[in-house]
Amino acid sequence: MAETLDQKQNFLKGIIKENPVFVMLLGMCPTLGVTSSAFNGLGMGVATLFVLLMSNIVVSLIKSQVPSKVRIPAFIVIIASFVTVVEMVLEAYIPFLYEQLGIFIPLIVVNCLILGRAEAFASKNNLTSSVVDALGMGMGFVIALTALGATREILGNGSIFEFRFVSEDANTFILFILPPGAFIALAYLAIAFNRLTRKLA
Amino acid sequence: MEYLIILIGAVFVNNIVLSQFLGICPFLGVSNKVSTSVGMSGAVLFVMTIATTVTYLLHQYVLVPMGLDYLRTITFILVIAALVQMVEIMLKKVSPPLYQALGVFLPLITTNCAVLGVAILALGLEDGNLLKAVFFAISSSAGFALALIVFASIREFLELADIPEGMKGVPINLLVAGLLSLAFLGFAGLV
Repeated sequence: MAETLDQKQNFLKGIIKENPVFVMLLGMCPTLGVTSSAFNGLGMGVATLFVLLMSNIVVSLIKSQVPSKVRIPAFIVIIASFVTVVEMVLEAYIPFLYEQLGIFIPLIVVNCLILGRAEAFASKNNLTSSVVDALGMGMGFVIALTALGATREILGNGSIFEFRFVSEDANTFILFILPPGAFIALAYLAIAFNRLTRKLA
Repeated sequence: MEYLIILIGAVFVNNIVLSQFLGICPFLGVSNKVSTSVGMSGAVLFVMTIATTVTYLLHQYVLVPMGLDYLRTITFILVIAALVQMVEIMLKKVSPPLYQALGVFLPLITTNCAVLGVAILALGLEDGNLLKAVFFAISSSAGFALALIVFASIREFLELADIPEGMKGVPINLLVAGLLSLAFLGFAGLV
């Protein structure tokens, strides 16, 4: 029983207490760079979740074989391999999303969230915990990116997931689609998130 | 003229931090003092220029002729990680004062997405050649330095300002970055 409770805690910490975007400020480049619409945010989130999950699995399996001096380069190669897989799959099957995310797909490699989890968690824990940790952190990232993307799309374009709820010629805050809107929207979302978690606690 | 366009484009119009969102981690992380942000900018200039030169040559003369284009991401990140280590070791030996100034920032640079980002972006320059790619890297790091130093100077003032409780820390920094990015939006259409 204690074991299952532990895993639930382990899963939830990634979403709330140690949310990678709102609390830990990890992986800020894709967070700000691709979230001009909810769909892009979701796509980037899922791509990162996949890489994070696979790298956590592999790192946790080989952790006893890797000498500690070369562990960081080894982790980077593992992560880069899965990023290449994601890059090729997206290019082949979802070319629209591949175009939209552009340079941020290869940049998943340097997302500090993934290397951070490999180093801080997967290289010290067993397979099950590492999978749960990756799922929790990954979901936290997906939720944050989708929320930010949705906020910016609603305010800037009057739509959500491409579904428009205002007329074509309505005035929207174009600012939120443009680069400055990313910083400003994230600032207010971070405040809201902090208030929410303080209330829950 | 072409080079002037690259320079203005990389520093003002498509500033890598404020409009391309590359290198946000050091931008938010080491920008609380002007002196540290100058050190970080120097280290980025150094590594970015060398990394772009090496990756550009590698891509042009090894990966493309051998049809290994899809290994780009893996090769580039390995080259950058190795380069950062090498630069650190060489600086320590050759120029201790420079090492003193830049040393602490060097390990952070491996995970600075601006370095990998610029190396990849440099491949896509219009009828590019090595000289253009290197010049693009230098201009980009100048843009990084400008954004970082301006942001750090604003943050030094913020320490004395009276900020509402909920805005302290991350939110106010993001808002300042947003306003700065808004200012840079004014350069749009210049090139």
